[in-house]
Amino acid sequence: MKRLFWLAIAAAGAFALGGLALHRGESINALWIIVAAVCIYAIGFRFYSAWVAAKVLSVDATRATPAVQLENGRDFVPTHRWVVFGHHFAAIAGPGPLIGPTLAAQFGYLPGTLWILVGAVVGGCVQDMTILLLSTRRNGRSLGQMARDELGPVGGIAALAGTFVIMIILIAVLGLVVVNAMKHSPWATATVFATIPIAMLIGLYMRNWRPGRVLEGTAIGVTLLLLAVLGGGWINEQPVIREWFDYPGLTLAWFVIGYGWCAAILPVWLLLAPRDYLSTFLKLGTVMLLALAIVIAQPELKMPAVTQFIDGTGPIFGGKVFPFVFITIACGAISGFHTLVASGTTPKLIASEADVRIVGYGSMALESFVAIMAMIAATLLDPGVYFAINTAPGVVGATAEAAVATITSWGFPVTVEQMEALARNMGESTLFGRTGGAPSLAVGMASIFASSFGQGMLAIWYHFAIMFEAVFILTTLDAGTRVGRFMLQDTLGNVWAPLGRTSWYPSVLLTSTLVVAAWGYFLYIGVIDPNGGVNILWPLFGIANQMLAAIALSIATAIIVKQGKARYAWVTLAPLAWLAVITTTAAIQKIVSDDPRIGFFAAARELADALATGALPPERAAVAPQLIFNQQLDAWLTVFFLVIVWVVIADMLRVSWRTLTGRPVLPSSEAPYVPVKGVA
Amino acid sequence: MSARLRKLLALLRRLSGDDAYERYIEHRCAAHAGEPLPSRREFWCGEVERKWQGVNRCC
Repeated sequence: MKRLFWLAIAAAGAFALGGLALHRGESINALWIIVAAVCIYAIGFRFYSAWVAAKVLSVDATRATPAVQLENGRDFVPTHRWVVFGHHFAAIAGPGPLIGPTLAAQFGYLPGTLWILVGAVVGGCVQDMTILLLSTRRNGRSLGQMARDELGPVGGIAALAGTFVIMIILIAVLGLVVVNAMKHSPWATATVFATIPIAMLIGLYMRNWRPGRVLEGTAIGVTLLLLAVLGGGWINEQPVIREWFDYPGLTLAWFVIGYGWCAAILPVWLLLAPRDYLSTFLKLGTVMLLALAIVIAQPELKMPAVTQFIDGTGPIFGGKVFPFVFITIACGAISGFHTLVASGTTPKLIASEADVRIVGYGSMALESFVAIMAMIAATLLDPGVYFAINTAPGVVGATAEAAVATITSWGFPVTVEQMEALARNMGESTLFGRTGGAPSLAVGMASIFASSFGQGMLAIWYHFAIMFEAVFILTTLDAGTRVGRFMLQDTLGNVWAPLGRTSWYPSVLLTSTLVVAAWGYFLYIGVIDPNGGVNILWPLFGIANQMLAAIALSIATAIIVKQGKARYAWVTLAPLAWLAVITTTAAIQKIVSDDPRIGFFAAARELADALATGALPPERAAVAPQLIFNQQLDAWLTVFFLVIVWVVIADMLRVSWRTLTGRPVLPSSEAPYVPVKGVA
Repeated sequence: MSARLRKLLALLRRLSGDDAYERYIEHRCAAHAGEPLPSRREFWCGEVERKWQGVNRCC
C-alpha cells in the first residue's frame, strides 16, 4: 500500500514535469509547477534524505543529543520535532528566496525553477541536514569552530572572514531593496516608518507591562501593522501630509543607515526582539496565504519558459544563464548562510538525532517551495510589465516613453497607459524602474491575492506585501549588524582586550559604527548608481553566499572522509564541486570580462574613459569617481572571495588526503556517545 | 474550551515561546529544587539578551 502511494507520487511528479517540458510556446498554468515541486520534495525527503541520514551520517536515535544531556531550560531544551522545524524554518527563511527568483525570472521561468528544485533536493537540503547533524554531535558548535577543530586554523579563519564579508554585502543589498520599495512612495514609506514605533511599543509591552506574553504582544502588534497599511493609504490621499513621506532614494538610504545604527546600539528587547516576533508571524502567515491563493487562483504564467536573455544581454543583471542563474538564486536552492543557523541555535533544541531529517532537510525543502512561489509571482506578470518594473532607467531610458519603447523592442510589448493604470491600481505614482525585486513581487502577490480573495483591494494587498517584505528585511538588517558587531568585537578583543567586552559601551559604539559604515557605504553607492545598484550587489551577494556553502560542504566532506566513509563523500562532494565550478566561473567573469555589464574592471574602465572624454552629463560626472572606485573595490572583493573558498577547499583536500594515506590529522571533535535513558 | 482548541493553543504557545517561563520554572523545580527562582521579567530580560547573541536570522 505504501509502495503504491509513493509510486503515485512519482507518477504525478513525472506527469507534471512532462507537462512543463511539453508546454513550449504557450502559456502554462502555475499548478503544473506546484505539483512537480511538491512531488520532487516528497520523493527527495522520503528516499534520498533517509538514505543519506542512515548510510552517510549514521543517524542514531539511541544517542542522547546535547539538548537531552545538557538540558538547562534555556538554550539546551529537548523540543518536539515540529516545533524545532517551525523555529528553524523561521530562522533560515528571509527575503533571499523571494528576491533571487524574481530577478532570475529575466531568463524565463524554466532555468530558475529547475535550479531551485534540483539545487535544493541534492544540494541545499543535504547541506543543511548534514551541518545540523555534525553540529548536534559537537554540542552545537558553530561552523567557524568546526572548521578550526576539524581542518585547522587556516580553514577556521577563512570561514570567519567569509562570513563577515557576506554579512556586510547581504545587509547592503537588503537595505537597497527597501529603499527602492519606498522611493517616492508615501504609502510604502509611511507604513514602513510606522513599523518602528509599533515594534517599540510591543517591546515595552513584552518586557514591562506583560513580561514574556509573546502571543498577546504579537497579536496586538500584527493588528497595529495591518492598521498601519490602511493608515498609509489614508496618508497617501492627504495632499499635505503625503509630502512628509515622499523622499528620493538617497534621503531614504540615509534614513536606513541612521536607523541601522540606532537599532545596533539600542537594547534588543526594545526593537529587534519584538519586531522579530511580528515578522515571524507575518512571514509564516503570508507564506501559507500565498500557497493557498496560488492554488485557488491557478494563474497562467505569461513569461516564456526561456527568454533571449540567456545569452548574457539581460537588462536586470548582465551575464549568461550559466553561471549567473545559479548565483542569482542562492537562497531557495542552496544557501551557505543557513549553515550558521544549523550550527549553533537549532542543534541545542534537537530532542533526537532522528529529527534532523525533518528539521534540516524538510525546512530547506519548504524554503525552496517559497522560492518557487516567488518565481510564479514574478512570471505571472506580463513580461513587459515585469521588465518595466525591474529595469533601471540607466538601462532602458529615463522617461516612460523611452522605457516602453526599449522593452517593446525586445519583444515584450507594454504601453505607458498600461503601466499608469497598474500604478494607479496599486496606489503608487509610478512603477517604472522600481528595481530590487520587492515591488514586482508585491505586484505579483497582490494580483494573486486579489484574484483569490476579492478584486478591488489591489492597492492594499500591494502595500501589505511591501510592509511584509520590509519588516523582515529590517529584522535581518538589525540582526546581521549585531552579529557583525559581535564578530568584530571578538576579533578586536585579540588586539586590545576591552574592545572584546560585548557590554562595554565605547566598544559597542565603535564596532557598531564600523559595521554600519561598511554596509552603509555599499548601500550609498547602490543608490547613486544610475543602473540601480542591485545589478552589482545581488550577484556579489550570490557569489559570497554560494562560497559560504562551498566552505560548509568542504568541512562536511572532510569530516565524512575522516570518519572512514570516503566512499560516500560524493554526497557532499558533488554539490561542492558544482558550487566550486559556478562560483569560480562567475567570479572570474566578474573580474576579467571585457563586457562592462559583467566585468567590474571593464565597467570601471568604461566609466573612466567616458569621464576623461567628457561624454558624461554633469550630474553623472559628479558621481563617476565614486562609482569607478566602487567597481574596482567590488573586483578585489570578488578576488578575496575566490581566494578564501579555494583556501578552504585546498585545506579539505589536504586533510582528506592525509586521512586516506594514513597520516595523522586533527582528532575528531565529536562528543562521546551517550545512550538515551532506557537504552543502555 | 474543547480539548482540541486547548491543544492548539498549547502548540501556539510552545511555538512562539509564550510558555518559555513556565517550562523554565518546571525545569528548575525538577533539577535544582529549593534554589531561588527568577521573576517572569528577570527571565525575559535574560532570555532576550541570550537569544540575540548568535546568528538566528538569515537571508
